[in-house]
Amino acid sequence: MTVPGRSSHRSRSRISLAFLLVPPLAWLVIAYLGSLAVLLVSAFWSTDAFTGAVVRTYTSDNVTRVLTEAVFRTATLRTIGVALAVTAICIVLAVPLALYMAKVASPRVRLALVVAVTTPLWASYLVKAYAWRMLLSPQGPLTWAAGHTPGYGLIATVLTLAYLWLPYMVIPVFAAFERVPNTLIDASSDLGAPDLTTMRTVMAPLVFPGIAAGSIFTFSLSMGDYIAVTIVGGKTQMLGNIIYGQLVTANNQPLAAALSLIPLAAIVGYLLAMRRTGALENV
Amino acid sequence: MLSTAMRRTLRAWTILVLVFLYAPLILVLLNAFNSSKTFAFPPTGFTLRWWADAWASSGMWRSLGNSVIVGLCATAIALVLGTMAAFAVQRYRFFGRQTISFLVVLPITLPGIVTGIALNATFTSALGITLGLATVIIGHATFCIVIVFNNTQARLRRLGVRLEDASADLGASSWQTFRYVSFPMMRGALLAGAILAFALSFDEIVVTTFTAGPTVQTLPIWIFGNLFRPNQAPVINVVAASLTLFAVIPVWLAQRFGGDPATTRV
Repeated sequence: MTVPGRSSHRSRSRISLAFLLVPPLAWLVIAYLGSLAVLLVSAFWSTDAFTGAVVRTYTSDNVTRVLTEAVFRTATLRTIGVALAVTAICIVLAVPLALYMAKVASPRVRLALVVAVTTPLWASYLVKAYAWRMLLSPQGPLTWAAGHTPGYGLIATVLTLAYLWLPYMVIPVFAAFERVPNTLIDASSDLGAPDLTTMRTVMAPLVFPGIAAGSIFTFSLSMGDYIAVTIVGGKTQMLGNIIYGQLVTANNQPLAAALSLIPLAAIVGYLLAMRRTGALENV
Repeated sequence: MLSTAMRRTLRAWTILVLVFLYAPLILVLLNAFNSSKTFAFPPTGFTLRWWADAWASSGMWRSLGNSVIVGLCATAIALVLGTMAAFAVQRYRFFGRQTISFLVVLPITLPGIVTGIALNATFTSALGITLGLATVIIGHATFCIVIVFNNTQARLRRLGVRLEDASADLGASSWQTFRYVSFPMMRGALLAGAILAFALSFDEIVVTTFTAGPTVQTLPIWIFGNLFRPNQAPVINVVAASLTLFAVIPVWLAQRFGGDPATTRV
């Protein structure tokens, strides 16, 4: 809890508060919020047809193009679909694992599992995506072991993203399961409920905010990704690729800015939807 | 109490997920010693040749140097700003405290591509700055602040204010209290925050892509640039394997110094 400076220190404490607060605040407001504001504004700029230079006159062309052109709409739907599929896979993989960690494993095993799940987070993102490129390659281990590989494409993208973000789901779900009192589970089974009933009626409502918190990461990180899809996605176009292409290849910064408003809007929408579940307190 | 059958099922599932998590990383380690240049599996033979090749790669060393410079500078900025913000939020009560916490966390909640494009638009279109190492550092510092902030804030909350109050009551100035009371008690948290912030900066690619411009390469940018060149694959495999091995270091260090890698990475 925060205890404010006592009355004897108060006048000095206002000055020290200002001293502490101004530098980080100035940095975040100028460098970050300022940039987001420029992003919003620049979506309404255009480029000179001959030089490609950004022209700072107002036009709603970019936003109209983003909203109406079929290419962008398909990519938006595909990206949202991928983000939802990744989230679903992460939930399916993470929930039983987190339940095992929190309620079945001994304290030693639990600690080992926490370390085992978090360590891959620190392995390089690129290396992990690259590992999936090796794994799924036509002559790779998957073909050798199973005789078949989905190859590079949409399925590979979903698998790789699910792999990359899985720990972000496991951690909050594990924390949520840990908070479920054992007495509730025991009471439920003593009263004759089968395990699945206990899970559905006792654990699920208590764990749901943790799942929702994890889904914010899996959804938001998938929405903005363009590196993994470049590495394992074959010709798959996600919003991230298109934004990157507009900025770097087509040199159309305003259109890229207008396009990046889509993931921004999708994530803000998702956050607002999740706020009702109490997920934000679990992030 | 869950039934034995359920416990067995859960354990089997846990093992499966662990295999899913670690099989790709093991593959990366294996491939660094594979004498074949392709991804062909199983490996055709054992060789250390690629390690010598990677060691001799000047592009790798140059980009590694850039990554270290960016990581150190961004971490230094984040340490100062993140600690200040954490002190303000934990030790003072003022209007808009919640907003500060939200503002600090925002850069990692929004996807990197949004942050990247926003900074790119600001630097190039609005300010007309040439992109280079300095712009990368500004970008990285922005999302590293939250890492230091989270670590320091958690430690400050645990420490409480009694010792600081005692110090102030005995006549120490704010700076003396910080220097001789607060700082020694939170050194571990600062160190953990710094390590995690450095690791995050070292691995970042998206914001980097949009703030680095065409001339500057950090290690992830260099790897990405060489990822699709077949004759560079063995060197990339070696760099990938080394990075995977080095990934253990921040987890180990941060845990030793009392940070919490599970919550601070997000």
